[in-house]
Amino acid sequence: MKAYLTRRYWFSASHRLHCDALSPEVNREIYGKCNNPHGHGHNYAVEVTVAGQVDPTTGMVCNLADLDAFVEKNILERFDRENLNLLTEFKGVVPTTENLCIELFNKLDAGFHLARTEKVRVEETMLNSFEYAGGREVRH
Amino acid sequence: MVYLTRKAEFSASHYYHNPEFTAQENQRIFGKCNNPNGHGHNYTLEVTVKGPVDPDSGFVVDLKQLKETMNREVLDALDHRFLNKELPEFRSTIPTTENLAINIWKRLEPKLSLAKLHRIRLYETPDLFVDFYGEQ
Repeated sequence: MKAYLTRRYWFSASHRLHCDALSPEVNREIYGKCNNPHGHGHNYAVEVTVAGQVDPTTGMVCNLADLDAFVEKNILERFDRENLNLLTEFKGVVPTTENLCIELFNKLDAGFHLARTEKVRVEETMLNSFEYAGGREVRH
Repeated sequence: MVYLTRKAEFSASHYYHNPEFTAQENQRIFGKCNNPNGHGHNYTLEVTVKGPVDPDSGFVVDLKQLKETMNREVLDALDHRFLNKELPEFRSTIPTTENLAINIWKRLEPKLSLAKLHRIRLYETPDLFVDFYGEQ
């Protein structure tokens, strides 16, 4: 039996939306308040969905402790209380939540092999969220 | 095709243990969840059904009927129960949230006549949930 397991995590980070290739005026026009040169922060909620067969001996898609440990080490320790613009992941990439979502998915997809990474969903605020499933259709 | 989701809550206790593992293996794999005295959760269940909108009623499904089916088939059986001890299905299957979601699917799927069951989403805590779409 195939099941999908979703775990929610939190981290807080700052960012500034700015594209060097565009003029200051165009940046302000496109990104508005998010272009403030001092940056601003969010409490990001990250929902990680993994999929796989339920192991008949453990009853699990994968051991949550393993998923937690991977996310803690590779995502939370990396991004929590950081300025996203200063991280190598966002060198030359605007740290929009779209790009953050893709980056988190790719980290899980490349490094976590105990279940298939199905989808990453990131809530930037209570009012907006972003989903990425490696380019596949997002299943609801 | 329209998708309709109805929520319900129930509380139950469980613990994780596989008699084929040694005590040490059970402890290593299941951690705190291996405590044989059990522990409980307030589960939130989301049942999503799908179907065309009936042109006369404007409904995908009669919500009252769906609620009654959920109450009868799921909540009456699971609410305020010790899953390992009181449900025969979980004598030989570990009542993880994965297996519980599959169990709820099997309870509901044959009882729904008007709309087709699309998804069971079961929250064990606000930060952890399982989706099951009836896939093998």
